[in-house]
Amino acid sequence: MNYWNEHFECMPRDELRVLQSRRLEKLVDRIYNNVPLYRKKMEDIGIEPGDIRTVDDITKLPFTLKTDLRDSYPFGMFAVPLSEINRIHASSGTTGKQTVVGYTARDLDTWAECVARGLVSCGITGRSIIHIAYGYGLFTGGLGIHNGAEKLGAAVVPASSGNTARQVTLIEDFRPDAICCTPSYALFLAEELAKKGLTPEEISLKVGVFGAEPWSEAMRASLEEKLGIIACDIYGLSEVMGPGVACECSLRKGMHVQEDHFIVEVINPETGEPVAPGEPGELVFTTLTKQGFPLIRYRTRDISRLNYEKCECGRTTARIEKPSGRSDDMLIIRGVNVFPSQVETVLIEFGGTAPYYMIYVDRVDNHDTMEVQVEMTEAFFSDKISEINNLEARIKARLNSILGLNVKVKLTEPGSLPRFEGKAKHVIDSRKI
Amino acid sequence: MAGIKQISVFLANRKGRIADVTSLLADNNIDIRALSIADTESYGALRMITDDNEKAVKVLKEANFVTKINTVLAIEIPNEPGALAKVLSAIEDDGISVEYIYAFVGVQGDHARVIIRVNDNSKALETLKRINVTLVTEEDVGIR
Repeated sequence: MNYWNEHFECMPRDELRVLQSRRLEKLVDRIYNNVPLYRKKMEDIGIEPGDIRTVDDITKLPFTLKTDLRDSYPFGMFAVPLSEINRIHASSGTTGKQTVVGYTARDLDTWAECVARGLVSCGITGRSIIHIAYGYGLFTGGLGIHNGAEKLGAAVVPASSGNTARQVTLIEDFRPDAICCTPSYALFLAEELAKKGLTPEEISLKVGVFGAEPWSEAMRASLEEKLGIIACDIYGLSEVMGPGVACECSLRKGMHVQEDHFIVEVINPETGEPVAPGEPGELVFTTLTKQGFPLIRYRTRDISRLNYEKCECGRTTARIEKPSGRSDDMLIIRGVNVFPSQVETVLIEFGGTAPYYMIYVDRVDNHDTMEVQVEMTEAFFSDKISEINNLEARIKARLNSILGLNVKVKLTEPGSLPRFEGKAKHVIDSRKI
Repeated sequence: MAGIKQISVFLANRKGRIADVTSLLADNNIDIRALSIADTESYGALRMITDDNEKAVKVLKEANFVTKINTVLAIEIPNEPGALAKVLSAIEDDGISVEYIYAFVGVQGDHARVIIRVNDNSKALETLKRINVTLVTEEDVGIR
């Protein structure tokens, strides 16, 4: 079994606790003095940096919510001056505004370190050729994996997302041994490769590292069979860092959290109280070493559980089970986070008030599809079909730009969409993952 | 202002929807004097002139249809080749765009009645007056 950083990945847990406690103490001091929002949050509940001495004290700290990030848009929660920021990424917020994160040079190096550890644990080495088909850009997937793979010394093919025909050619001609992308896109590629008559044995790939969206054990089995690979799950979210916060080893029995950099907790999403060890709940992360955008107790809304047993691979780090769902209404579509409230915000822009709408999500040929159905209103309607077409196109363009995702828009008759008593359920997700 | 009222109705492209509208009007004893439909793959706009627009809108709204009323021009032209072309050319020569046209059901002796939807009614009226085109009024088509 190979490690990238055996010292930290296999550290005895009591030593790890001491390290985490020391780093937590420093983190709390840093955010109290550099991030006004955190100082206020701490003052509001009457705690000071001196009250946090060990990992056990973490429950005294306030949570950080996605709305805190939105309210401090764009740079309000950065803990260093912008002159020290080296990279900025952004992901979907719950409304029109993006969630913005910043990294110092050291943060980028830490991130690459975490990704490199994860890739090595999956069986990738410095001699590997890695095909990266995550989107490059504001999304953390592409560049995050890229930097880790380069740090590892692998030959990196930064294919980015899209243009499947070219991706297939690259895989055939460059013969990469590893691929990183969303699992649904990997399945799509597998089918395209099969259509060209390639058998799993003929496909050069040996390892796949997939993440950014939920996937099941059934999907894993299918990917492993169709591509002739070991398929590993990687976890991360841009607020906390990006991909690489946790990653499965080649034994695929849970994702190892890089605990020297992150403290992970599991809480009851209703009460905010920690659950009993091993019980399911919402994952909460504290970034121990981040300089640019440190977070304490960030509520991810991902539901999962933790396993603290030492893994057969030798790593002592806690492992996250595949997240089983969300404690909010966020959807992950082709790796992109989508909140129904974003759709509503766009519709209000057009009509003044929110019309009835529904979001239909499905998976067709391993491609996630999203259709927004909107009921026609008098404000939208015109006797000229060209104006209705134009409205439909403008809603679509606006949604595409706000969500960063290509969606279909369909105008329907009033009364044709479901009505709800009480809390509206705007999403029908028919994907069988 | 000259011109007559037209009702438009939004329809999903589903089987039986046009029949639903026409039956609803029939049940309420409303007569359709002219009708046209424009459609796309998923929806259509039904446009019509009825003999009682107020009542038509009321019953359509009660049945949950999205409707819109606007003023269109109706003209009477000789029922002979080239008559319509002459009018449309004059309108377009004056820089007015014609969005769509459709005809009344049946002819009036040797004349046909046509509905023209333009982007500028008052300007188009000047053109029609200049080239001596007879306008059809709501009274002419028996609108209450």
